[in-house]
Amino acid sequence: MLQGIAFYLLAATAVVSGLLVVTARNPVHSVLWLILAFFSAAGLFVLLGAEFLAMLLVVVYVGAVAVLFLFVVMMLDVDFLKLREGFARYLPLAIIIAGVLLVEMILVSVAVVQNGAAADAVLGAPRPDVSNVEAIGRVLYTDYVYFFQAAGIVLLIAMIGAITLTLRHKPHIKRQNIADQINRPAAKAMEVKTVQSGQGVSPEELL
Amino acid sequence: MIDLSSALHLAASEATLAVGALVLLMVGAFAGDKSTRLVSLLSVLLLIAGAVIAITGPWGQAFNGAYVADPLAIYGKSVIYLSAAVAIILGDGWMRRTRIAKTEYPILIVLAAVGMGMMASSGDLISMYVGIELHSLALYVLAAFHRDDAKASEAGLKYFVLGALSSGLLLYGASLIYGFAGSMRFQDIAAFAVDNPGPGLIFGLVFLICGLAFKVSAAPFHMWTPDVYEGAPTPVVALFATAPKMAAMVLIARALEGGFGEAHAQWSQVLVAISLVSFAVGAFGGLAQKDIQRLLAYSSIANIGYALLGLAAGTSAGLQAMLIFMTLYVIDQIGFFAILLSLSRSGRPIRRIQDLAGLKKDRPLTAVALTVLSLSVLGMPPMSGFWAKYYVFGAAANAGLWIVAAIGLVASVVAFYYLRIIKLMWFDAPADEIATDKAPAEAQWIGWAAAAFSFPLVLGALAWLEPVTKAAAAGFGNG
Repeated sequence: MLQGIAFYLLAATAVVSGLLVVTARNPVHSVLWLILAFFSAAGLFVLLGAEFLAMLLVVVYVGAVAVLFLFVVMMLDVDFLKLREGFARYLPLAIIIAGVLLVEMILVSVAVVQNGAAADAVLGAPRPDVSNVEAIGRVLYTDYVYFFQAAGIVLLIAMIGAITLTLRHKPHIKRQNIADQINRPAAKAMEVKTVQSGQGVSPEELL
Repeated sequence: MIDLSSALHLAASEATLAVGALVLLMVGAFAGDKSTRLVSLLSVLLLIAGAVIAITGPWGQAFNGAYVADPLAIYGKSVIYLSAAVAIILGDGWMRRTRIAKTEYPILIVLAAVGMGMMASSGDLISMYVGIELHSLALYVLAAFHRDDAKASEAGLKYFVLGALSSGLLLYGASLIYGFAGSMRFQDIAAFAVDNPGPGLIFGLVFLICGLAFKVSAAPFHMWTPDVYEGAPTPVVALFATAPKMAAMVLIARALEGGFGEAHAQWSQVLVAISLVSFAVGAFGGLAQKDIQRLLAYSSIANIGYALLGLAAGTSAGLQAMLIFMTLYVIDQIGFFAILLSLSRSGRPIRRIQDLAGLKKDRPLTAVALTVLSLSVLGMPPMSGFWAKYYVFGAAANAGLWIVAAIGLVASVVAFYYLRIIKLMWFDAPADEIATDKAPAEAQWIGWAAAAFSFPLVLGALAWLEPVTKAAAAGFGNG
């Protein structure tokens, strides 16, 4: 009973905040609604007995991804009005596609109600003596080592890609070089220039 | 359940490539961009070694059936690795001439090849998805590799956003399939689908096909293709048109015939619909193009339609036809792009079809090669493209899809835009008198070799290719 109430509360919050993510006028509000949606989804995970996944969802999605979104939304000069320009024009097509999807999803839900989902049978009831973390830890490096390593390579590629596409070596940047800095004699530390009045020193001379 | 060392022995080709890529990454990181040439050379050798290891390696299943090494996977992998190696050779010189050479280019291609190898031998939904993400993430970066070029950045971003969308579709389908079948493994899904192919499973299957169709750029999921082909650096496009397409086609064969063999009637009609739309988009869309790379994009959309038609047949002969088609098509595409890379006027690459006018005076041998390749892609007998289509249409007609095969035949005649290239080269006068630059040797030789393969070498090669692909198709699932 209590579980049922909690489920419907969390599910309704997730759906409504998901809707508001797309419809909110202010993009910052969208991100905040997104965070609420993530929290509700985390609550649903707790109801399923997957508390580790719930914590991960909060830590990774709310803590990192959503905050990153907020940064991007606030720091980039994105004209959101312009992004919405085609909205009315594509609305009829979107409604048709959404309608087809809705019908199909209802068919799927009916199938679940009638036959049940086979995945339920595989997973079975959660075992109280094994914690989430332990259960994941048991399979992560054994049964799923192949996927785990491959996912590691995916992250490596993401890192290589980010560096390749954004890193620029600028020649005039002064980097820290501790040995050089310590070994610099006092005589080289400062140079006195006599500046003619009304002329100044150009930056190139200083380098 | 086999132990880890024998599992690694089965997956030795991917493991070698992954470890080799890490070593090369270190070489590149410490030696800097000076070592690009060395890293490219080593990457090519590494990919060839990967192909050899795959061919000589044992058959079997590893990691609870997530990794399958059967003749189909091995055949697919050898084509994938070798064409990726050619893309590195083509790209190395081009990148240096354009002054954007970096050690990351060959390394990213090797890492993409790891992902494509995973796709070719994926035995369950997770390894399928991880393989797809592994190779596409590397390809997104490669598309935007020329980062100071606005068009390349646009291409990379477009490819990334639409690729992410298609991954979402694919995952949604995969989650439905898992929910209803209760297993990630294609074998178990197939066993489940025999008894109860309910609407949920079929719904998931359709989403899965949509996601995969995005990856092979089949219409109506082709929107990204022309823009990405136009914007991305030419050697990268040469890669896009070859290895990932082969990997994705083998993966589609695996997922559909391995995971849904019994539901053939359901997915066959989806594939037929996708191929029909692809024929139409590829044939008519290409007619109005002015940019050579955009033209090749539409050509690839049409050709993927033919390859999917072979799969739609659902028979072993259809699978064999798909393999032959993709192999010959990959060689044709390599030839096209190699010739494109070997042509430039006063240091600027040739982009517009119009620029090919009068090529016969300037570079007669290249004009001959391009003519042979164009006729081959058009499907003129006795070029390789004709044989590719011959097998596909034959398999489709035998499986009762002869109406679709006939429409495909008409579509390949409609795609007469290749004839425009030939007319421009042989019968039109060049717009200006500036001769083309001296061609880079590697691109020119690869282009000529591919043209020589598409006629007359193909006639000899088919005698060898036909039994090999037949064995690969027959050995599907014998891992």
